[in-house]
Amino acid sequence: MTLRRAARGQSTPTWPDYMASRAQRVREPRLASFFAGGTLDPETPIGEAPLVAMDFETTGLDSSRHDIVSVGVMPFTLSRIRPADGRYWVLSPRRKLSGESVAFHHITHAEVADAPDFTAIIDELLAMLAGRLVVVHYRQLERTFLDAAIRERLGDGLLMPMIDTMSLEARIHRQSWWARLRRWAGRPMASIRLHESRQRYHLPAYTGHHALIDSLATAELLQAQILYHYDWETPVGALWR
Amino acid sequence: MNVEQLDIRGHMAQFAPFDDLPDALLDRIAGEVEIRYFQAGSELLVKDQPVESLWYIRSGAVEMYQRSGRLFNRLSEGDIFGYSDLLRSNRRVRYPVSAIEDTLIYFIPGDVFETICDEDDDFAEFVETGGQRLKVTVEQQRDDSGLMTTRVRKLISRQPQMVEAATSLQQAARQMRDANVTCVLVVDVTETQSAYTFTGPDGRHWQLNGILTDRDFCTRVLAEGKSAQTPVGEVMSRKVIVIQSDESVYEAMLCMLRNQVHHLPVLHRRQPVGVLHLSDIVRHETHSSLFLVNNIFVQNTPEQLARLAPEVGTGFVRMVADGANSEMVCRALATIGRAFTQRLIELAEAELGPAPIPYCFMVLGSMAREEPTINADQDNALVLHDDYDPERHGEYFEALARFVCDGLDACGYPYCKGDVMATNPRWRQPLQVWKEYFTEWMDEPNGERLLHSSIFFDLAPVHGETPMVEALQDLIAELAPQRPVFLAALARNAKNRTPPLGFFRQFVMEQDGEHRKSINLKRRGTAPLTDLVRVHALACGSKAQNSFARLDDIAQTKLLADGVTERLRYAFEFMSMVRIRHQADAIERGAEPDNSVDPENIGSRERHHLKDAFEAISNAQKFLSFRYSMPSKSGSSKTHTSSSAGSASQASQRSRR
Repeated sequence: MTLRRAARGQSTPTWPDYMASRAQRVREPRLASFFAGGTLDPETPIGEAPLVAMDFETTGLDSSRHDIVSVGVMPFTLSRIRPADGRYWVLSPRRKLSGESVAFHHITHAEVADAPDFTAIIDELLAMLAGRLVVVHYRQLERTFLDAAIRERLGDGLLMPMIDTMSLEARIHRQSWWARLRRWAGRPMASIRLHESRQRYHLPAYTGHHALIDSLATAELLQAQILYHYDWETPVGALWR
Repeated sequence: MNVEQLDIRGHMAQFAPFDDLPDALLDRIAGEVEIRYFQAGSELLVKDQPVESLWYIRSGAVEMYQRSGRLFNRLSEGDIFGYSDLLRSNRRVRYPVSAIEDTLIYFIPGDVFETICDEDDDFAEFVETGGQRLKVTVEQQRDDSGLMTTRVRKLISRQPQMVEAATSLQQAARQMRDANVTCVLVVDVTETQSAYTFTGPDGRHWQLNGILTDRDFCTRVLAEGKSAQTPVGEVMSRKVIVIQSDESVYEAMLCMLRNQVHHLPVLHRRQPVGVLHLSDIVRHETHSSLFLVNNIFVQNTPEQLARLAPEVGTGFVRMVADGANSEMVCRALATIGRAFTQRLIELAEAELGPAPIPYCFMVLGSMAREEPTINADQDNALVLHDDYDPERHGEYFEALARFVCDGLDACGYPYCKGDVMATNPRWRQPLQVWKEYFTEWMDEPNGERLLHSSIFFDLAPVHGETPMVEALQDLIAELAPQRPVFLAALARNAKNRTPPLGFFRQFVMEQDGEHRKSINLKRRGTAPLTDLVRVHALACGSKAQNSFARLDDIAQTKLLADGVTERLRYAFEFMSMVRIRHQADAIERGAEPDNSVDPENIGSRERHHLKDAFEAISNAQKFLSFRYSMPSKSGSSKTHTSSSAGSASQASQRSRR
């Protein structure tokens, strides 16, 4: 037992440790100061944590081939979401915008034509994220795209702890004994997409695929998930990944 | 504005009181909203907790409780709460609120709430007035009445009388007399067409140059000593105030007031098409019902009368469409109903011969209160002279009653299900017996007598010896205030029919939290209100029959707290209006008008007001049992009868003979 715990402790350093070590090694000043800001103590109760929901719309799912076309961020806490504090940027993709993604995101070529490159929003975006715990729905997308976009422009990547409302939903609805029983019985898996997940908590339907609305939707979803399955005392360390 | 704020704004814009806010204010609110999710079962507001925001339900549902733990209200999507607490000086929660479903709340910060209240009067009135909220709507309805929507041309019934400027005053006066009008327009031919000319039937260009009214004959002709041969052009008013035919009647009224004129030439483009007089506007609202009443009195058989019945419905629909208030509509219906009754009695007398002894035909219930609606049953009775001898007179009055009641049924006033009709021998009695009935009912009330009291104590003469019915009204007004046991029993009965709590989604919500699909606005609204008004009216010795008139009398006393009668008046007006509109709608659709309203057909603003109205009734019912409690002495009504003084005890002696 002792051995295993020690081994696990070594193989997965805590997020504060990771941030601290990156702060030491990163040379780019903006990233260095972001990492130096650290992250929350893993023991912080989620009810007290300053949070920020973030959502990207992208031209595709592969961060090596596709680009971010819009970013929505919404700072919040479990007790309040203030839409007025939200920020939204449309960005110009480096690669051509395909017809399908236009239809999907309702972002038009014309909008994108005058839009800035991701570089232009880095400072503002980092300021919004600093000191807050990021909340996303499906962290692989936001995490890899943010990392890639920053790496491309600042020469170094950016990783940070995130609460993923989709994986919280998966834990609850796909990994429970009940969910396994259902799957064994050949029943379809519960959908854990943002809209369907929200429906389970009786949250209203929003017009999807707008980065800012989705970040608001994600923030509301986390408020609901915590009330349903955790509580305000749950330490953030148990929720972030 | 951010897109998610557009979503917030779009949602709020669907619900009262946000739906009437100007865009700028709505933007402002949407920009300041804060959001939080609450799980079903959680407490949103705890008693005495400070309130900092207005709570808006984006989705889900909540319940609000009174101190006693009694369910006070249930709110859902688009509803707001917390405003009454925000408006209180200490800004603390009075009624705790908890979520009965998963609920997403939009918070509107207190300072934003204050700003909206400051900048938008309607919004402020909606939240500030609480029970007074009703008053606002009723008065707005009055403002929005037909005057605003009816166009001037609708009131024009005939061509204007026109003379040339050279016409003598006498000639003009004759023309006015012959056409039975109070003014002439003065017009002249012009050579050239201009912005002021119109083309006459002769194809020439004419111009309106002046107006001469009957008042001018006094002030400009006689007072100035002008001769009858003076040309009109010399004395006419050259400043002609006109109105276009497609303007609203309201605009016409304002125009008259502004310019201090009583005659307003109405133009279609530049062509005079009529003259509107101030009295036309005044008459406008009641015109249709008066016309029908005149028509009723020239029919010569019950069959002919029955043929007029459909016109009651169309007249009713028109009055509602023209924006008449409930009092106007109901009084018109009462006038029509009484006219039918009266004409039928006249026809009966013509057929049966003159009555052998004096009598009075009276109406009871809603017709007596002048509050009938379109589907009202007939309730009537006969008061006969005390010389009545069943042997000699019985046959005549039975035939008369039969004639009238059958006729009324044919004219759209169905037989009374409770047999409260002159055809029932029990309700065809000499005055003395009626007095005994009434005295007995008040002295020794029981279930049946109380039921009778609530029908017969709304009574009005229609035809015959009016003083006989007035004597009964006097008797009631004299005895009732001195019969605490009777009043207490009547008060208890008046609470049998309770208003619902309000609405929840598409349902009517009952006190026990149950839901119903529709609400009977008569049984659950106007009837309980009429009942409780009657109790107070009897207690204060009012002889009025109409509920509004009774409320006036009650307001003169200290029976009810300040403002309560006003609140009840507005509640009554509002509920009656919703019911009347519902019935007019049914008639227009060719359906049978009834009293059951489906909440789905009630707008969000109306629902708020109906809720307030129900609350006003509910509070007034609670006050009834407090005010008219059974006297603590276990004494029967007899004890009180014998202990009450003067005429009252004499009356009871009489009843025992």
